[in-house]
Amino acid sequence: MQTQDVTRRVLREHFGVGAAPGQYVVALAGNPNVGKSTVFNALTGLRQHTGNWPGKTVDNAQGTFTFRDKPFLLVDLPGTYSILAHTVEEQIARDFICFGCPDVTVVVLDATCLERNLNLALQVMEITPNMVVCVNLMDEARKKNITVNTDLLKKELGVPVVATTARNGDGLDELRETMYQVAAGTLELYPRRITYSEQVENTVQKLLPAIQRLVGNRLNPRWVALRLLDGDRAFIESIGLHLDSQAKPGVVSEAAREVAI
Amino acid sequence: MSATVKPISPLAEVCAEAESIRLGSGGKLGDAIVADIYANAESIVRKVVCQTSDAKSNWDAKLDDVLTSRLFGYPIMLALLGLVFWITIEGANVPSGMIADALFAFQDQLSEWFALAGAPEWLHGVLVLGLYRGLAWVVSVMLPPMAIFFPLFTLLEDFGYLPRVAFNLDHLFKACKACGKQALTMCMGFGCNAAGVVSCRIIDSPRERLIAIITNNFVPCNGRFPTLIAVATIFMGGAAATGYDALVASGVITSLVLIGIAVTFAVSWALSHTILKGEPSALVLELPPYRKPQIGAVIYRSIIDRTLFVLRRAVIMAAPAGAITWILGNIYIGDMSVIGHTAAWLQPLGYAVGLDGFILLAFILGLPANEIVVPILLMSYLSSGFMLEFDSLEELRAILVNNGWTWLTAVCTMLFCLLHWPCTTSLLSAYKESGSLKWTFAAFAIPTVIAFAVCFVVAQAARSLGFA
Repeated sequence: MQTQDVTRRVLREHFGVGAAPGQYVVALAGNPNVGKSTVFNALTGLRQHTGNWPGKTVDNAQGTFTFRDKPFLLVDLPGTYSILAHTVEEQIARDFICFGCPDVTVVVLDATCLERNLNLALQVMEITPNMVVCVNLMDEARKKNITVNTDLLKKELGVPVVATTARNGDGLDELRETMYQVAAGTLELYPRRITYSEQVENTVQKLLPAIQRLVGNRLNPRWVALRLLDGDRAFIESIGLHLDSQAKPGVVSEAAREVAI
Repeated sequence: MSATVKPISPLAEVCAEAESIRLGSGGKLGDAIVADIYANAESIVRKVVCQTSDAKSNWDAKLDDVLTSRLFGYPIMLALLGLVFWITIEGANVPSGMIADALFAFQDQLSEWFALAGAPEWLHGVLVLGLYRGLAWVVSVMLPPMAIFFPLFTLLEDFGYLPRVAFNLDHLFKACKACGKQALTMCMGFGCNAAGVVSCRIIDSPRERLIAIITNNFVPCNGRFPTLIAVATIFMGGAAATGYDALVASGVITSLVLIGIAVTFAVSWALSHTILKGEPSALVLELPPYRKPQIGAVIYRSIIDRTLFVLRRAVIMAAPAGAITWILGNIYIGDMSVIGHTAAWLQPLGYAVGLDGFILLAFILGLPANEIVVPILLMSYLSSGFMLEFDSLEELRAILVNNGWTWLTAVCTMLFCLLHWPCTTSLLSAYKESGSLKWTFAAFAIPTVIAFAVCFVVAQAARSLGFA
């Protein structure tokens, strides 16, 4: 339980998110204008609390709900197209998913422009396998004669996919159920690994051993390698900060290194 | 000791290794990573999404392929800009003359009434020759081009073309190490530089925001367009064979806007390589679907929000300015009016940059609002002797020529108008947005220095080469 204590402390201190013991923390990510707020409101109703991210001028909304007698804390991340951290919003979303260790990350996608939206889902998948893909705006897609095969999408991604029309409440029960199962760890997840071109893959392999020694099982070393190769200054700062604040004596144990995600 | 250092130093080591690989690849790795993610998304979508052809979105995509293509993107942008100016200039000629005829016929009527009422000569001078004539000039010269230009511009905006412009220009901004969103703040600046400066808030990086604030002035705003259009129409257009004059004038205006954009890039580049060093951040732009413009809304927005707004500002400022200019022009110290003295004092500096003392004085007095530069200039010319009855734009040309204007004066006036200091409203916005007197001063000083330098070079070059 010590690791949970650590992540709860990080959540409180770095993200201003005070989760009660035993409460599942759910992060809600998605592109702008995909109905993310509609999903958020539909799930939490009036049990909301809004403010700012600590030290930032970006809005932060948190809400709670109970499902199957389990308390959930839903954190609405800023709407972003990517989490490669080019803007403050992207950095907040990325840092929260990466270092806040939410129990579930729900990525809301727009069914009418899935290709662009899917990039975000793929990026999140590189950080954490504990995610649910929520394909929203299914009604609009139908209007535009777009059909999305969610079963096939689930197979392709290796994580649960739920089709919703949050405006009418369609699919929200299934979304809650899936979130619950992912949080409780009762679902088998085989997140798809992004296939990179040879050049990228080779350089990642070169860096991987050193990064595994460094981050252990706290972060996906492949993903860290990719960010370093991207020359992402903000990420290097964040990782320095969080590795430092999470560090305990005897930094990374031999065992932890073996179980790298 | 070791506990605090240990977790950091391996990180630094790995970072250094990654950095050397990254630089070794020529900085292409980051792009390759993103491209790979997109390729994955594309291959998944091809399997799971089925779209029965949708005529509308197909049409959108095809239009985007053309409007934002590497080959046609810039020529189309240029052509559209030129077309808008051509329609404006061609269309404004006739109503301009009609409005002027009506207003100046009324001036004679007014003069008669003043004479009938036995009003003193000075009152007639201040109110009719100063105030009313000033207003009449402003309305007849500025209203028709604005009433045509702004709806056309709003039409492009409503159609969804402006985001495509930002998309096209993005890589140029990136090359200058500035943010692509700057293109949007520039579009805003075409309306009003103060609004353009405020819109720089959309840029996240403080460095890039400052660059955008400082350079916003180089796109000509509402208040300066009428000046540019008037000078271009009567000077550049008149110089060409009849029939092509509107075409030449619109070409001149288009080139001026291009010069403004080129200066924007040059200054952005210079700033981001000297006092505002840094890497550019990425631009994420959602291209909205093309929409059929709502004609009613376009006309309402462009007439109410822009045309009448600018005209009101011009009238409010020009009316008292007209009266004051007339008074100053008719108070004599020795054998010259106050305006004459001031202009004479500014004459050497004005002449060096291809203008004259009166023009420079008008720009200085126009600091509160660029709209009043032409009115002040005309009034100071008119008050100092040349009393001309207004018949057509040709008369306006005569006024200027009688006061020693050549084509070089016209070119330098337009360049100076394009590049000179921002109006007080813009400066105030720059101060509020940057929160620093230093950067506000930079926003004033950089355009001023550039305007003087460019006009000086143009004037001296033209004179020494014997063109003027």
